[in-house]
Amino acid sequence: MSKRKARDAHLPVGDCVAQLQQELRNRLCREELPETPEGVTAQHKHLVELLRRTALHGESNSVLVVGPRGAGKTMLFKSVLKELLQDEDISQTLMQVHLNGLLQTDDKIALKEITRQLHLENVVGDKVFGSFAENLAFLLEALKKGDRSSSRPVLFLLDEFDLFVHHKNQTLLYNLLDVSQSAQAPVAVVGLTCRLDVLELLEKRVKSRFSHRQIHLFCNTTFPEYVRRVQTLLQLPDTFPDQRFLQDWNSSVQALCEHRSVEDVLQRHFNSSKDFRSLHVLLVLCLSRVSASKPSIAPADVVEASRTYFADAKANMLHGLSILELCLIIAMKHLSELYDGEPFNLQMVHNEFKKFLQRKSSSMYNFEQPVIMKAFEHLQQLELIRPLDSSGARTQREFQLVRLLLDTSQITEALQRYPQCPTDLKQWAMSAFA
Amino acid sequence: MKYSTRLRARRLCEWSGKPVAFDRKLKTHQYGGLSIRVEGLPRVTHVSVGQHILIEGDDEDHPYVAKVLQLLESSGEKKALVQWFVRVFEIPLNKRKLLGREPHPNEVFHYEGANCDNEVSAESILRTVTVVHVEGSAPFPASSDSDTFFVKLSWDSRRFSVWSECEARAPSPLAASLPSGPSPSSPGHAPSSPGPSSSLRRTPRCRPTPDFNVMKRASSSSYAEETRLAQEAESLHSASKASASKSLSAKRRKCSVKTPGVRKRLQLFDDSPLDSDLDLLLAEDLKTVEIQTLSPQKPRISLTPLRRSASYSQSEEEDRPSDRAMTPSRKREAKSLKGPMLGVLAEVDHENSPLDRVTPRSSKRKSAQVVSKRIQRQLSMLSGRLDMDTDSEEEFVPSKQDQSSSSEEEEEEEEDEEEVGKRRPRGAARTPRKTPQKTPRKTPRKISLGSPRTPRQYTPSIPSRCEPARRPGTNLEEARARLHVSSVPESLPCREQEFQDIYSFVESKILDGTGGCMYISGVPGTGKTATVQEVVRCLQTSSENGEIPSFTFLEINGMKMTDPHQAYVQILQKLTGQKATPDHAASLLEKRFSSPAPRKETTVLLVDELDLLWTRKQNVMYNLFDWPTRRHARLVVLTIANTMDLPERIMINRVASRLGLTRMSFQPYSFKQLQQIISSRLNRIKAFEEDALQLVSRKVAALSGDARRCLDICRRSTEICEHSVGGAKEGGARARLVEIGHVMEALSEMFSSAYVSAIKSASVQEQIFLRAVIAEFRRLGLEEATFQQVYVQQVALCRVEGVAPVCVSEGLSVCGRLGALRLLLLEQSHNDLLLRIRLNVSQDDVLFALKAE
Repeated sequence: MSKRKARDAHLPVGDCVAQLQQELRNRLCREELPETPEGVTAQHKHLVELLRRTALHGESNSVLVVGPRGAGKTMLFKSVLKELLQDEDISQTLMQVHLNGLLQTDDKIALKEITRQLHLENVVGDKVFGSFAENLAFLLEALKKGDRSSSRPVLFLLDEFDLFVHHKNQTLLYNLLDVSQSAQAPVAVVGLTCRLDVLELLEKRVKSRFSHRQIHLFCNTTFPEYVRRVQTLLQLPDTFPDQRFLQDWNSSVQALCEHRSVEDVLQRHFNSSKDFRSLHVLLVLCLSRVSASKPSIAPADVVEASRTYFADAKANMLHGLSILELCLIIAMKHLSELYDGEPFNLQMVHNEFKKFLQRKSSSMYNFEQPVIMKAFEHLQQLELIRPLDSSGARTQREFQLVRLLLDTSQITEALQRYPQCPTDLKQWAMSAFA
Repeated sequence: MKYSTRLRARRLCEWSGKPVAFDRKLKTHQYGGLSIRVEGLPRVTHVSVGQHILIEGDDEDHPYVAKVLQLLESSGEKKALVQWFVRVFEIPLNKRKLLGREPHPNEVFHYEGANCDNEVSAESILRTVTVVHVEGSAPFPASSDSDTFFVKLSWDSRRFSVWSECEARAPSPLAASLPSGPSPSSPGHAPSSPGPSSSLRRTPRCRPTPDFNVMKRASSSSYAEETRLAQEAESLHSASKASASKSLSAKRRKCSVKTPGVRKRLQLFDDSPLDSDLDLLLAEDLKTVEIQTLSPQKPRISLTPLRRSASYSQSEEEDRPSDRAMTPSRKREAKSLKGPMLGVLAEVDHENSPLDRVTPRSSKRKSAQVVSKRIQRQLSMLSGRLDMDTDSEEEFVPSKQDQSSSSEEEEEEEEDEEEVGKRRPRGAARTPRKTPQKTPRKTPRKISLGSPRTPRQYTPSIPSRCEPARRPGTNLEEARARLHVSSVPESLPCREQEFQDIYSFVESKILDGTGGCMYISGVPGTGKTATVQEVVRCLQTSSENGEIPSFTFLEINGMKMTDPHQAYVQILQKLTGQKATPDHAASLLEKRFSSPAPRKETTVLLVDELDLLWTRKQNVMYNLFDWPTRRHARLVVLTIANTMDLPERIMINRVASRLGLTRMSFQPYSFKQLQQIISSRLNRIKAFEEDALQLVSRKVAALSGDARRCLDICRRSTEICEHSVGGAKEGGARARLVEIGHVMEALSEMFSSAYVSAIKSASVQEQIFLRAVIAEFRRLGLEEATFQQVYVQQVALCRVEGVAPVCVSEGLSVCGRLGALRLLLLEQSHNDLLLRIRLNVSQDDVLFALKAE
């Protein structure tokens, strides 16, 4: 910030809001690392010590970080790495290889990636990569050449560790863990996974080579902590250029968090999931409602955001259906209730619909069979119904068995919100029997 | 036996005179002279021991030159033991410049290299010639006679050195000094006049050897005494060994029923500086083997090598005309390596001949080995320097394989050379690492440690760090370093029995020159691979000490290859450095292991993780177990896998049958053994309380008996201990011991299931969902429910709990999160409401976790 701006620290509200948006969106969407990881001090220390020993003493290690999605596994690892790399010695020696089970879907790709990240590919020569077998031999050779005290330590991060387990023979894991258990180049193998049973997936030889160090990360936050976290996430730092706006915003955030309805919304979120990533989504929704004309978050915004967040996807889809399609859905609902979830076919649905028309013929037209067929196919395309077996092409379409993928509650909810829904239809849907 | 197609007229050989000696063991008769007649021609050539002869090669204008050391007949075939001389053209082009001058057209070099068969068939002898020794500085005498050759220097396939006849004769006076060793080279038996100068020179050669008959009497009378001496020598020998296993092996060898008789064709080197050692060793070893002659079943074995070698010497040149055609320069070199034969052994052989009645021929091989081993070592040192300027025309064409019987080191050196040469033009700046520094090898290359060739002969490596890793400081750090699985322990405690079994198995196979398979099983972490590697280390040491023949060790691991057929590629690459496709490699190996070779070391092959080499047709396993049974393979295969009944379970009969019944199973360690392992690793570093150690070992022994696990727990315990010290007081100088509490913590960290804590820390809806699952299971009486069913239960439970009920989408995401943790087992998520759900934890665990809150 220039001095001029710092002196007369009153920016137009629009600029302030733009800066605010940028600041908070960085925090919420880009997942910037917090200054200090919260609630994971012990795990943090454990991992730092472990990796530091690899980097400085050349001690090979393997460790698994296990925790549910959104518990902060990657955040923990990144903050550990950040701390380690502040050390001049470590940042100069430590080599890193980052692999992700979703990207490196088999060992061949993984090996190429390792070779690339270790900058070994120019040693291979002009032909960048040979066959898979050559690659493996090459890499193993490279690792074997090293020894504890003289080679640079290599840090292998295996994100989505459980997916590596499904590679053929677990070759990559065996070899990495074997290196970590033999007098070769020092390596640290860090696996991140959310599967608690990941050790059972390892082949017995691979398992024996794994050091069985597991760092468990669970969200043990309580609700007050959760609310405090929301507050800190929304508050602006003191470095914000406009002091007056800063104070206004921070106090409004504090007031917001203490508001009754907001607390209810947060409680509901907290009950649903302690994952901070879903919280970020909610807060971004709130933040997007902040504008120059309304430079603060109102409790109503939070409630609205929460409603958007928790909206049922299928119920939303029902809003876009035609009356006929809705009728078919209701007929199907009755059928599946009647037959206790047994599959049905178009003919049965049509019959059910015809029965309804006979009773309440006043408000509804009768549709031709092809029109009904078309509507039925549309529902199938929306995956609101699903054929029983995928190879149903042989049977005639009218008699292909399908199942309804909607719950009664979803249908009821959708009907209530459906604009100008005929009352006959509502009654039909509510009635216990067709 | 095959005859060269080039032989237009068949030569007929006849012995002149009666046999001068008969070797009972080898069933060979030795003769003093030979007369050769060409069919249809009246001329008869007489050859006698000590004369120089021409031996036909593939180049008709330039036959090989050699000196006859012995003439013998075995099983109907007439053979000659010869000392080779190489001619200039037999020396590889790139090495000729080492001579430093223009070679005389009739100049030959006394061949002192290794690796060639010194037995030739008598039929291949052309005629006698004269070889004149010329002093190093003296000019070549003018002679137009093409049958006179001049020798000034000797050639050992690496360099020229001044050759003097006294050098070559050195072993004979020594042999004479031995009561058992020497024997006359039959001076009286018709030396049919070679060149005058040569005969003059040859006479002193025979002088020190006593009269044959006298010798015979002397030897027979002193036989009993020799036996005693030999035993003494042997026991002395073994007493000098430190390790129990080695002394065991020595004793084994002493009373061995198996004779090293098969080790016929060992390469021998003539090396003057070692002569003083040589006679000691000779004396000792000659006697040693005498004892072994008492064993009954030798003659059968000992016959084979001779026949093999003889037939090979002829047939090998005919077998591969294509190779020759492809690489002419290669061929020369190979020939020079192959053709000429060796000095000391031949000489000793020769002089021993009358005594062969009591001493099997193999005895000399043994002594010779001792020498060869030392010489090899020296040569490898020299080659480190000399090969710097050899050019690197080497391409690994398949034909090279059979010729690669030349010293391994040389090949290696050349490869390194090549590597450096190739990399440089590519721009060294691009490569992050430095080109390898060439240092002359001080020690013989251990083949096991030798690098397997990497793709395109590059040796990749992780760049080295700028400053060395820090040394452990405190006692806990020191202990941790020692407890790391990777640290190589000084000894392997608790596996002595297994060690000895494997050691004696492999050693006996190496000594016999036969092959065999062994199957080793045991659960992971019981020291299978470590023990085998230790065995190989010990064997390598003793082969360096010359106690057993040298051997090649290779290691393949089923887990470290991408496909079972890569096993062939890796074996071939580690054996010869060639690269080939799996099919080609398989056929090359097949050829290598089924055909006789002039000099073949025993190959010890360790196949780790055997079960991964399984293929549907099992041909990889079949080949691995079939090769050792071949007569010429000399292959020992040690296989390692986890399951004891692997042969019965996955192998088809013909494979299992070839694997044989030599099996060994490594039992999981008991707690006492684990305790011993830890304490031996710690080696007097006081870091653990006794009780803590006992707890770890008992716990691990009860769980798996996996030593790796045990060490890992100990390591983690030291960390915990360290942290607790750091927390208590910063002065960590005072040595802290790992207490039971620390071990307990480490154990619970490693073995406790995280499910309960995961459930405890789950969100409210997740917990409700789990309860709904259990409620639905109870309602259905099944262990499976669809999401829709559970969702209904969940909504009901939410109402009971007073929590806002969730919608279907949210319920599905809750369900998905639990599925990701594997608290629930889910179908694929596209099944939506019809998703089937099962619990991955016991219901009791869930209820316990939820209640405890």
